[in-house]
Amino acid sequence: MTASLLSLRNLVVSFKTPNGTVQAVRGVDIDVAPGEMVGVVGESGSGKSVTFLGILGLLPHTARISGSATVEGVELVGASNKVMRGVRGKKIAMIFQDPLSSLNPVYRVGDQVAEMIRAHQEVSRSEASARAVELLDIVGIPQPKVRARQYPHEFSGGMRQRVMIAMAIANDPEVLIADEPTTALDVTVQAQILEVIQRIQRDMKKAIVMITHDLGVIARVADRVQVMYAGRVVERANVNDLFATPTHPYTVGLLHSLPRAGQDRLEPIPGRPPNMLQPPAGCAFRARCPHAAAVCATSLPELQPYAHSMTACVRIKEIDVAAMSGVTA
Amino acid sequence: MSAKPAPIEGAPVLEVTNLVKHFSVSGSKGLRKTRATVHAVSDVSFTVAAGQTVGLVGESGSGKTTVGRTVLRLTEPTSGSIKFKGQEIVGMGRTELRKMRREMQIVFQDPQASLDPRLTVGSAISEPLRIQKVPGKHSDRVAELLELVGLAPDHARRFPHEFSGGQRQRIGIARALALNPSLVVLDEPVSALDVSIQGAVVNLLDDLQDRLGLSYLFIAHDLSVVRHISDVMAVMYLGKLMEIGPSEAIYTSPAHPYTQALLSAVPEPDPMTERNRQRILLQGDVPSPINPPSGCRFRTRCPIAKDLCAMEEPALIDRGQGHPVACHFPTVNLAEMVGTAAV
Repeated sequence: MTASLLSLRNLVVSFKTPNGTVQAVRGVDIDVAPGEMVGVVGESGSGKSVTFLGILGLLPHTARISGSATVEGVELVGASNKVMRGVRGKKIAMIFQDPLSSLNPVYRVGDQVAEMIRAHQEVSRSEASARAVELLDIVGIPQPKVRARQYPHEFSGGMRQRVMIAMAIANDPEVLIADEPTTALDVTVQAQILEVIQRIQRDMKKAIVMITHDLGVIARVADRVQVMYAGRVVERANVNDLFATPTHPYTVGLLHSLPRAGQDRLEPIPGRPPNMLQPPAGCAFRARCPHAAAVCATSLPELQPYAHSMTACVRIKEIDVAAMSGVTA
Repeated sequence: MSAKPAPIEGAPVLEVTNLVKHFSVSGSKGLRKTRATVHAVSDVSFTVAAGQTVGLVGESGSGKTTVGRTVLRLTEPTSGSIKFKGQEIVGMGRTELRKMRREMQIVFQDPQASLDPRLTVGSAISEPLRIQKVPGKHSDRVAELLELVGLAPDHARRFPHEFSGGQRQRIGIARALALNPSLVVLDEPVSALDVSIQGAVVNLLDDLQDRLGLSYLFIAHDLSVVRHISDVMAVMYLGKLMEIGPSEAIYTSPAHPYTQALLSAVPEPDPMTERNRQRILLQGDVPSPINPPSGCRFRTRCPIAKDLCAMEEPALIDRGQGHPVACHFPTVNLAEMVGTAAV
């Protein structure tokens, strides 16, 4: 791996609630290299979104964040508002799940893209407008000149998401964080948006973090994958290795729970994720794990190399991974 | 239980013929009020046999949920016929319909929104029994139903917020089964659940069907789940059925260009397959159901549309594919013909 562009070290995020402290992210290390697509996959509550919203200072005031997150050497954890303004949109930009609530309904789409440009670059209004039209063209919006003068309600869901992508690339950031960018879209539109995102990664050499719960999306676009469970990365691997030879029992279980052709019964993971108000001691997956033993309760498993992956399972050498991963989707 | 309307022997559980549903919407043009018609469901026909699962798939705006609601007459159809065990329910009076409703139930997508937060689980599940004035001790039936869906009888005293999403969906299923229905409409029953949880609910639905001989109308946009659970798959686009047939046939050799595009758009959880795959990338978005295209409704996005498609609407008939397809030019290898189109 080349020098990393975005680097998270022991990132911890917690939320104070009336019922106690929710430990949403519990020590996450993730590196993103220039130009790569890193997939972050996990189910609801795994901390995948909170991790990245946290480093950009986009969480509510009840959130406490510690550890380190640097982009091109600039520390983001505890950074001043001024530093953050220079980073958001300029070095790291975000694409959200719901494009309608991320666009202002009373401004023309082109003006909103232009505003983004003028927030970071010293250009005239007309230059910014012309650049906005170019950006709309890049993300595949037909008749960009006409469309720039329209309002968000005149755009379909897929077209709005293209506008969000145009805004995200407006200031040529090195890293794009896409948080479930296609979850709200229909599959045929999802396919279009994934193409646009892949094209931007390929042609503009952007690093992209793709946060999703959909293993199909991961398989389609990611180079490397981080699997998250209960606020921790439990497995890290190249996309091919992850699907061909998953190592962590959670990853194996997740792949097994997908429906396969000719299968009589589905094989879900028993139980459900732990309550993050009181995460269990030791491995958070042990209550649902077919290989759990007494040792799993003693300490929080760290990522360690195993086969082609990094996996956070203390029993990984004892359990027969080959047999577990015999059936892959 | 009191007398049910007499079923007609040998009739399918559900027989929908030429179902049409229009919604009237008002808008404004300057100061003038305008009225328009949304063609939500146009001329849809299908049957559900006893013990069978029919999967209804389509994207948002395809009309699949409207079909599901209309067959229970939760929404009044504009025209067409809906026969339940041979009895016409379109135009049926309230009293008779209420009796009929015992036999047909629905499970909604969002288990959070479909359970009253102030009702205990027990009273939510027994509500249908109270409405239908079923004699006997309701608490016994509630305990039985909770066990049937894999929950404990003492859960009846708890409130919905004490349960996880998967458990709430089980409660919704228990409520739907309270009156021993023969048909259950499942409207995206697992879409709101995490992947690792979905399987358990799908397995439960499978088991209940085997044990109780239920028929399902399974509405979903997740094609892999529909393929798993359905005997018959029906594909909708802009209010019309595009293709209908045995699930495996539709999944492995779809003949309608839309079905092929839809299937090729679903990302497979296998990086090798994904990389080497021929994908049919549809251009643009689904047109508005207020002014659906003339002829074939899919033609504006179809990569092989010809002049005929704009002039004449293709009938949903078997053109040698072994199952009905609403396309003038059905083909099984569209991907090879058009290749992976650029954005």
